[in-house]
Amino acid sequence: MSSPAINPILIFVAAIFTSNMILTNFLGMCSYISVSSEYKTASGLGKAVTMVSVVTAVISWMMYHWVIVPLKLEYLQYIIFIIVIAAIVQIIEMALDRFSPDLHMKLGIFLPLITVNCAILGIILFMVIRQYSFMQTLLFSFGSGLGWLLAIQALAAIREKMAKTKLPPGLEGPGITFIITGIMALAFIGFSGMVAVQ
Amino acid sequence: MTKEVKTVIYRNLWKDNPIIRQILGICSSLAVTNLMINSLVMSAGVTFALALSGFTISLLRNYIPPRIRMMVFTLIIAAYVIFVDIILKAQLPEISKALGPYVGLIITNCILMGRMEAFAAKNKPFISMLDGLFAGLGYTFILMLIAFVREFLGFGTIFGVPVGFEFTKWTIMVTPPAAFFLLAIVIWISTNIMNKRPKAKASA
Repeated sequence: MSSPAINPILIFVAAIFTSNMILTNFLGMCSYISVSSEYKTASGLGKAVTMVSVVTAVISWMMYHWVIVPLKLEYLQYIIFIIVIAAIVQIIEMALDRFSPDLHMKLGIFLPLITVNCAILGIILFMVIRQYSFMQTLLFSFGSGLGWLLAIQALAAIREKMAKTKLPPGLEGPGITFIITGIMALAFIGFSGMVAVQ
Repeated sequence: MTKEVKTVIYRNLWKDNPIIRQILGICSSLAVTNLMINSLVMSAGVTFALALSGFTISLLRNYIPPRIRMMVFTLIIAAYVIFVDIILKAQLPEISKALGPYVGLIITNCILMGRMEAFAAKNKPFISMLDGLFAGLGYTFILMLIAFVREFLGFGTIFGVPVGFEFTKWTIMVTPPAAFFLLAIVIWISTNIMNKRPKAKASA
């Protein structure tokens, strides 16, 4: 349990660097591994995740504090959060299609993937467990999304560079991806002295 | 029937093992593996949810409209995960706290959706339950392997019991990067064994 008094800006920085969604919390690994062989696609997915995580976290915060707690529905919270995520992803997709076809072309194909992305649900569950306030939730979800974007962009860039590199047999594909991620995670440990929140 | 069961067992435990072959369910598998007891509880939860939601979805497979099947699957899985969560909170509050959000994250664990979509939606209830059970055991096997190495080298204990001799602890094993490296090594070794059995066995 974190105290509700932490400065939201600190949480924002911590969510990007010291408690990065992928590199320290291992959330959203499935799409991180499978959609990271191309830089352009990876950053598209990363941007979509950032957008969805902010919107879903804010709406889930409202649902949690204004609906779930007053009605004592805590035992149903997982189902409610999942429905909120699925509904919001659907609404965002329709809204993008209507108002910004350009952006829809770019991000549209990733939106369905996001419904089952662990990072989105993970952000919401962290928010509940750590009892974040509204501002903290807003900046935490935005920071987490940016951290996710940063990690997948870095991985995709590295994978593009080494696409033609010869690897030991058996290590191609997922194997080497995990080793790259491990080294990236080691590098991110270097940030850990910067802010200490969790 | 027995042959079918055998294929299900072999496929889930080794040939198409969810973690090392299909790279599914990585999120939770890495986060909880720094202590063996946490991994054991986590795998038990996943196996339970897999087996029972496989059974339920297979029973309902002819009644679920195909267009909304994903949503229905997710809700059924979520129901079982809530069940697991409540039991853990009541019986093992310490571990439940240590696992934190990762119990809830079983819902979005790709293994569950993968097995439901690929197997339970097309097969009979009993065999679907077995499929879920053994996919869960395949997951447990890899999780325990990684957790064993991490806990042994990182804390010098096995299931919290000291191993009996002193050595310098590998602090890195407690940190996240070690989980990535160990998983990569497990995938590397298993891919090689699968690709050329006799040779890899001799060198291992």
